[in-house]
Amino acid sequence: MSYIAELKNLTKTFNGVKALDNVNLQIHKCEILALLGPNGSGKTTLLKVLALLQKPTRGEVYFADTKVSNQNIEQIRLKSTMVFQKTTLFNTTVYNNIAYGLKIRKYRKEEIREKVANALKLVKLEGFENRQAKNLSGGEQQRVALARALVLDTELLLLDEPTANLDPKNAAIVEEIIATANRELKTTIVIATHNMFQAKNLPHRIALMTDRKITQVGAPAEVFGKLSKTLASFAILENSFNGTARATENGTTIVDAGQGVQIQTTVQTSGKVSVFISPEDIILSKERFVSSARNVFKGRIVEISDFGSIVKLKIEAGKIFTVQITKRSFIDMGLNLNMEVFLAFKASSVQTI
Amino acid sequence: MDYIFEGIEKAFQLIFSGDPRVIDVTLRALYVSSLATVIAILFGIPIAMLLALKNFRGKLLIKGIFNTLLGIPTVALGLFLFIIYSKAGPFGFLGLLYTPTAMILGEAILVLPIIVSLATNAIEAVDPDIMNQAKTLGASESQASLVVLKEAFAGVLLAGIACFNRAIAELGVAQMVGGNIAGWTEVLTTSISLETQKGNIVLSIALAIILLAIVFGITITLNLLQWKGLAVYRRKMREKT
Repeated sequence: MSYIAELKNLTKTFNGVKALDNVNLQIHKCEILALLGPNGSGKTTLLKVLALLQKPTRGEVYFADTKVSNQNIEQIRLKSTMVFQKTTLFNTTVYNNIAYGLKIRKYRKEEIREKVANALKLVKLEGFENRQAKNLSGGEQQRVALARALVLDTELLLLDEPTANLDPKNAAIVEEIIATANRELKTTIVIATHNMFQAKNLPHRIALMTDRKITQVGAPAEVFGKLSKTLASFAILENSFNGTARATENGTTIVDAGQGVQIQTTVQTSGKVSVFISPEDIILSKERFVSSARNVFKGRIVEISDFGSIVKLKIEAGKIFTVQITKRSFIDMGLNLNMEVFLAFKASSVQTI
Repeated sequence: MDYIFEGIEKAFQLIFSGDPRVIDVTLRALYVSSLATVIAILFGIPIAMLLALKNFRGKLLIKGIFNTLLGIPTVALGLFLFIIYSKAGPFGFLGLLYTPTAMILGEAILVLPIIVSLATNAIEAVDPDIMNQAKTLGASESQASLVVLKEAFAGVLLAGIACFNRAIAELGVAQMVGGNIAGWTEVLTTSISLETQKGNIVLSIALAIILLAIVFGITITLNLLQWKGLAVYRRKMREKT
């Protein structure tokens, strides 16, 4: 048997509303599988069903060759663990948080101490044992949550948008930890994401989710190659724009995205294209400044979303751009709704499909 | 006015001279209120867990009943208990009327709605994902519920203090089912009431000072402990950074 878990004809409804619609999925041993889809496509529900936290309305869940039932659910649940999108730490020390699952599994005290120390080393938080978990920064909290899951060395690790609310530095650390866990601990990982670039680089396979269904499963190259236009149209990606590309004399490409927005990219292409700019690659300033960035737009802040250590801003500059900055920068710059700001990003930060 | 200051002075003399009656009444008040609080917590916490964490028909009605009972007049409850404990009542055969046991049970019934309502609110305020988080780390249903209770500890502790303070400070139930029998069912509140009616203001003031000291003392001590715990934690953090 090459798969670790399987969902067969699975449907989940909440008060009559479908959250998953006849999903079939096999999870292979030792793979990283990305569930890629927009918000509300059913990724979190699918993960919770796999984590045996939610029972399917119809259909079956298998773990290896065992069908999950009311009788064996608590036993089988020990084989997997899930890290939620919103970090949920217990109101105690980092040590007690990470040790919790080990205590449940009745490990000896010395073993627990050693395993906790190793897990903290893995997530680059050595010496954090006695810190109060809830007083850590958002990124550190997410890494503690990851350590708490990894320390259990379960067969299956389920991650729900693990980098969604993190600053770029912490997101990179978390992605590295996920790759290391899969490579060295041979942990099978299912990761829900709406970040197309994460889905492109991290997993062995991608399951595309739209409208509560799995519409395509395959290797990243296969999925991105065949379905590039479909992907571009479905993915509610931040800063994804469709437009027409034309080459310039200096070797770059200009994509006309409409509403006066012309985006310069180093990728050489022409015709109809979709371009993406990662929200953390955009520099925000209150005044126009001279820089090497080829793309500079004047805009107005129309939405502010606080994610703890980071803040996401939506800027109307012909098109709506999403910009991600740290909370400190947000406070230092004294930003407010309707304020005029300047966006800048390099041509090399613009990716195309 | 002089007799008030004189009363306070004499009251302190009574307290610090270790007057046997003052000690007896104080210890009984502490005993009755503590046991009543423990009984209320033992029954109240599981009810609160059920109301906060489970969905079932009639849940809102039960919560509404407990919330309403928060304001029950102690004399009315005392009268109701007097009737059911009295010889002609359904529990008359137990011979509980005018015993400390009757007072403990009565106070427990009185404070049960406090622990149920406040603890339910505290447990409901815990992040709903905590239960799932514990489960996905391997906890059984009961272990996960315990985690939620731990997260709600501060609120549940506050509910326990509120129960104790209500039990030790109320008069109606203690008077009606205890009967204020000297050396047997006499507690602080019933003695204060009796001695004031008899004109023995000095003893009343002494007992009232003790009652206030207990109520404020417990609340302030627990607040200080929480505050000190926070200060120790902050100092540790400063040393680390």
